[in-house]
Amino acid sequence: MANISEAPSPRDGIPDAARCRRIEFPYAALTLLILLAVWQLATMCLSLPAYLLPSPAIIAADAAANWRLLLYEAGVTSYEILLGFGLSLIVGVPLAVVLAHSRAFERAIYPLIIGSQTIPKVALAPLFLAWFGFGIGPKIIIVVLMAFFPIVSNSVVGLKSLSPEMLNLARSMGATRFQIFRRFQLPNSLPGIFAGMKVAIVLAVIGAVVAEFVGADRGLGYLIMMATADLDVARQFAAIVVLSAIGMVLFAILQQIERRCLPWHISIRRDLVRN
Amino acid sequence: MEVDQISKRYKNRGGELAALDRISFGVFGHEFLSIIGPSGCGKTSLLMIIGGLVSPSTGTVRIGGRTVHGPYTDLGVVFQQDVLLDWRNVMQNVMIQGEIRGLKRAAFEARARELLRMVGLAGFTRMYPYELSGGMRQRVAICRALLHDPPILLMDEPFGALDALSRDQLNIDLLRLWQDMRMTVLFVTHSITEAIFLSDRVMVMSPRPGRIEAEIPIDLPRPRRLALRQTAAFNDLTREVTAVFEKAGVLRED
Repeated sequence: MANISEAPSPRDGIPDAARCRRIEFPYAALTLLILLAVWQLATMCLSLPAYLLPSPAIIAADAAANWRLLLYEAGVTSYEILLGFGLSLIVGVPLAVVLAHSRAFERAIYPLIIGSQTIPKVALAPLFLAWFGFGIGPKIIIVVLMAFFPIVSNSVVGLKSLSPEMLNLARSMGATRFQIFRRFQLPNSLPGIFAGMKVAIVLAVIGAVVAEFVGADRGLGYLIMMATADLDVARQFAAIVVLSAIGMVLFAILQQIERRCLPWHISIRRDLVRN
Repeated sequence: MEVDQISKRYKNRGGELAALDRISFGVFGHEFLSIIGPSGCGKTSLLMIIGGLVSPSTGTVRIGGRTVHGPYTDLGVVFQQDVLLDWRNVMQNVMIQGEIRGLKRAAFEARARELLRMVGLAGFTRMYPYELSGGMRQRVAICRALLHDPPILLMDEPFGALDALSRDQLNIDLLRLWQDMRMTVLFVTHSITEAIFLSDRVMVMSPRPGRIEAEIPIDLPRPRRLALRQTAAFNDLTREVTAVFEKAGVLRED
């Protein structure tokens, strides 16, 4: 990985880009604050009952009072998400490599993988519950089923995006098949793999919650189910907020890794010295 | 180097497309030979066949007495697109040639610096391709093709995508490198001026299926400067090439 993960030398452009990002961030936060204020005002002015729509203040108070519980359940769900996501990556990328290299394998397997995506994974959840019980197993399986397809499909696209010229360049250097893969094809496919991972991490969160809805004795999904039974809408909202925070944090971490690994990629760089 | 009766046909829907029709010519050692022809005449195919990257339908290519089968690696290639690796900086892009070939790092690192200095990129070694202009990128690609001091350099319309000024500068840089290293250059272009300015000999190709219409020796004095292009001798050669294209129906003035 030395050549691709090497941190770039500090150049004029990078601080610029960083500054741009820092300027952008408060805008989104501001929008969020305004929306929250509107929400708060609406619940107050329309005097909505808290069991229908609690105000942000009530939700925040509930979250603050139960932060240990939320933290514990968040830990459980995060563990499921990360384990499932990691497994998807470990299975998905090598599978994509095989799919991209073997026409026969691709024809035999890929249509089935795509076809299997039409099965609503939510509908499978009760089945896994019956087969594998209440433990973490069925949660991981559902997370993998959700997360693995975008990783595979984006990685295949990335791996196949090597231009004929670049392939000819490699061959003119006498590169072996492995060298072509390792030096040209794999780094060239990293943007695709990252794109797949970013979709997958969001789906992994959904997968974990769905799995917990169906049958669990812990996790944020379980907490939401329990709160529903108690008509504790504030608790539901608190769990939802924590869930989306988990999703956002994981997504942001991936984006940071992507920035470090692919400072050269078009989706990350600001165009600097074009003339 | 000898190109012997090379033909190339491509299969397309419901038929065959003849790209090259029995092309034969020889190339002398250290020669700068340009192949000029209209778009789609198979120039690129011809170059790829010579490099062993595409196999011909019939005919053979012999380099140094050996017939080319599969990629011939004792050469450098510069493509129309620079094909730089976006994830490597300028220095690393040049050095990949040595890495893939398993050469000694210390030697090729020094050579890479020297080549980059020769094309005026000494201060840009740590820049990434997206930070460079088209002309600079193509210069990096040329350095990469020359890192291992190949006896042959294949160039496929390398300056076709550049603006006129960058193109002139690259022509000068390329001639300087060639003067220094004396590799054999096969240069594909569709610019008459460029072909004459650079070459010892220009081969003019017909439209598809590509045949060699004429072979024009360029005995203009070297080293050449841009002003050469305004001389009478240069104009005569330009006229000669143009006449070939008119006769072949590539250029029509009525």
